[in-house]
Amino acid sequence: MIEVKSLEKKYFIGTPNELLVLDNVNLKIEDGEFVALVGASGSGKSTFMNIVGALDRPTSGEYAIDGVPVHSMTQNELSDIRGKKIGFVFQSFNLMGRSNALKNVELPMLYAGVSLKERARRAKELLELVGMGDRIHHLPNELSGGQKQRVAIARSLVNDPSIILADEPTGALDSKTGDMVMDIFKKVHKEKKKTILVITHSMEVAQMTQRIITIRDGRILSDVPNTPMA
Amino acid sequence: MFFKENLVLALESLRSNKMRAFLTMLGIIIGIASVIAIISVGDSLSSSITTEMQGIGTNNFRINVREKDSNVGNPRDPRANIMGSSASAEDEDLITPEMLEAFQEQFKDQVAAISLTESVGSGQVKDERLYANVAVSGVNPGYLQVNNVELLSGRFINDRDTAGRKSVAVVSDKLVNNIFGKSVNPIGQEIKFYEAGEIKTYIIVGVYKHSESAMFIGASSSSEKDTQTSMYIPITLAKQSKTIKNYSNATIMSNTNVDADQFTKDIKEFFAKYYEKNPKWEVSTINMASQIEMASSMLSTISLAIAIIAAISLLVGGIGVMNIMLVSVTERTREIGTRKALGAKNFHIRMQFITEAMIIALVGGLIGLVLGLLLGMLGSKLLGAAPSFSIPTILLTVTFSMAIGVFFGYYPANKAAQLDPIDALRYE
Ligand SMILES: Nc1ncnc2c1ncn2[C@@H]1O[C@H](COP(=O)(O)OP(=O)(O)OP(=O)(O)O)[C@@H](O)[C@H]1O
Ligand SMILES: [Mg+2]
Repeated sequence: MIEVKSLEKKYFIGTPNELLVLDNVNLKIEDGEFVALVGASGSGKSTFMNIVGALDRPTSGEYAIDGVPVHSMTQNELSDIRGKKIGFVFQSFNLMGRSNALKNVELPMLYAGVSLKERARRAKELLELVGMGDRIHHLPNELSGGQKQRVAIARSLVNDPSIILADEPTGALDSKTGDMVMDIFKKVHKEKKKTILVITHSMEVAQMTQRIITIRDGRILSDVPNTPMA
Repeated sequence: MFFKENLVLALESLRSNKMRAFLTMLGIIIGIASVIAIISVGDSLSSSITTEMQGIGTNNFRINVREKDSNVGNPRDPRANIMGSSASAEDEDLITPEMLEAFQEQFKDQVAAISLTESVGSGQVKDERLYANVAVSGVNPGYLQVNNVELLSGRFINDRDTAGRKSVAVVSDKLVNNIFGKSVNPIGQEIKFYEAGEIKTYIIVGVYKHSESAMFIGASSSSEKDTQTSMYIPITLAKQSKTIKNYSNATIMSNTNVDADQFTKDIKEFFAKYYEKNPKWEVSTINMASQIEMASSMLSTISLAIAIIAAISLLVGGIGVMNIMLVSVTERTREIGTRKALGAKNFHIRMQFITEAMIIALVGGLIGLVLGLLLGMLGSKLLGAAPSFSIPTILLTVTFSMAIGVFFGYYPANKAAQLDPIDALRYE
C-alpha cells in the first residue's frame, strides 16, 4: 500500500526563484491496484513517480510503503526498498548493453543477494512469462524495442516486488507493440497481483487501467476509477 | 560471490574497450617491466660478481708500483698501470724481495701469504707427436695459497726451488693427460718446453687441477685438447733471463680476521717509507673487498636510477588508470543510475569500479611482468650472468599492481558510488 501525505517537491534554481513541482499531493494506492498517471508534459508525473520509487526524496511531506515511512530513510535503506519492494520499467528500457537478456534479468537479484542457481531459475521463469524464453542469450542490441521492454518488465518483477512503476513504458514503441507491452502489464497485474503505476500520455493506455489520476502543475486534478476495456 | 560478478563485468568492460585499456595500461606495463628487469638483472649480476670475487679472494691486497700523481688508467684495473709505466720504471724503483720480507716480518699476524708472479711466455710442451699448450709463469711458494691452486699430486714450487733456481714445474692435469695419459705417474718425469725455437727442460714436481670456470671464452673457442693451461716454474728461474730483478706488483693475502680498511692503510704506510724520496714512483694498494663494494655500489646506483624512473612511470600509469576510470564513470552514468534503481547500494557500485581499475592495473602488471622477465633474461645473457628470478618479487609485483589499481581507482569509484540515482538516470 502506498500512502502519500501533503507531499511537496521544490527545485531551487537560485534564490529567490524556487520551482514548486509537486504541491501538496495526497494519495493512497491500495495493494493490487492498476493505476494510470496522466497529465501534460512538465506537470510533475515523473517527479512524483521517482519519489514513490524511492529514487528521489520529497522536500516535505510524508510517504510510506505498507505503513513504513520512506521519506526519512538513509541511502542504503532506500536502495533496499528499490531493490526489493519496487520494480522499475523505463521509457528507454535501460538494459545493460554488454549483458544478455538473462543476465539483465538476474541483475536485481544479484544486488538482493539471491544465490546463483536461484537467480538463473527465476530469471528464466520470468523471461518465459513475458514471452522471451527463446531469446534469453540475446544482447539488447539484438532485440526489438518491444522485446527489450519485455525483458525490462521481467527484470522489474524478478525480486517479487509489490509495486511496479513504469514511466511511459510504451513511449518509445509504436502503438501495436505498445499494446503488446500493456497486455503483459495486464497479465502481470492479474496473475501476480502487483500494484502497478503507469505514467502515460496515451488515453488508450490509460483506459486499460482501473484508476486514472490526472496531474496538473504538480497537483492532483482528478482521481477517477475506470472500467478497463476488454 | 560478488567479486566474481564484478570480475566478469570488469573483463567485459576491458574487452569492449581493448585499445583504450591497453593504452591505459602502458604506463603500468613499462613501470612493472623495468622494475622486474632491473631486479632480475641486478640479482643475477650481483650473484655472479660475488662468486667471481670469491674466486679471487676478498682478503687479497694487490700492490702495484705506479707513477706518482698519475691518474692515468683505471685504478680498478691494476694491469693498466703496470703496462703503462713499467717500461720506464728502473729496477731500483720496484719492490724488492727485502721489502717484502720486512713487510712479512712486521705484519706476521696479519699476512697469510704473498704471491709473486712473472709471466714468461707461452708455447708448447712436446713429446714426439704429443703436445700441450701452456702459458709459463714464474711464481713463488705463496702463489699456491693466494690463488687457490688445487694440487692433485706432488707438491707446489717451494723455497728450495726458488732459492736454487731449480728447473722444476707444476703442470695441469690437462697437460698430464695430453702428454702422459692416465697410466704414467707424471711426478719426476721430464718435459720439454718449446718456445720460439728454444727448448727448456723441466722436471714435474706437482700436478694441479685445471678449472675452466672463469675461462669460458677460451674453453669455447678452442678444442678441449688445445686448451692452454698454466705451467708454474720458480720465479727466480723466470727472472734469471730478465734485466729487471725486482717486482712491479705482488698480491698480499691477509688472514681472514684482518680489518681490510686498516690493513690497506698499513700496507700503504709501510711502502710509503721506501718511496718517500723517490721522485717518480710510489706503491698503490687495492683491496678486492673494496672493489666489490665499489662495483656493487655502482650497480645499486644504477638500479636506483632505473627504479626511480620505474616509480615515475608507475605513478603516470596509475594516473592513467584514474583518468580512464573517470571517463568510464561519466560514460556509464545512466548505467550507474539504472543499477541504483535496481537496488545497487553505494558499495556495490564502488566495488564494481574498483574491481575494474584493479583488473586494468593487474593485467597491465602481468604483461609488464612477462616483458620484464624476458628483458631480464636478455640483459643477464648480454652481461654473461645467469638469469635469476625470485618468486617473492613476482608475487610482490602482482600485489603491487593490484594495489595501484585500487589506490587510483578509489576516487573514480567513489564518485560513481555517490552519484544521485535521479541525476544519473536523467544524464544525457
Ligand atoms: N533537477 C531538476 N531541476 C530543476 N527542475 C527540474 C528538475 N527535474 C525536473 N524539473 C522540473 O520539474 C517539472 C516536472 O518535471 P517532470 O519530469 O516530473 O515532468 P513530467 O510530468 O514527467 O513531464 P513529461 O511528461 O514530459 O515526462 C518540470 O518543469 C521540470 O522542468
Ligand atoms: Mg516524465
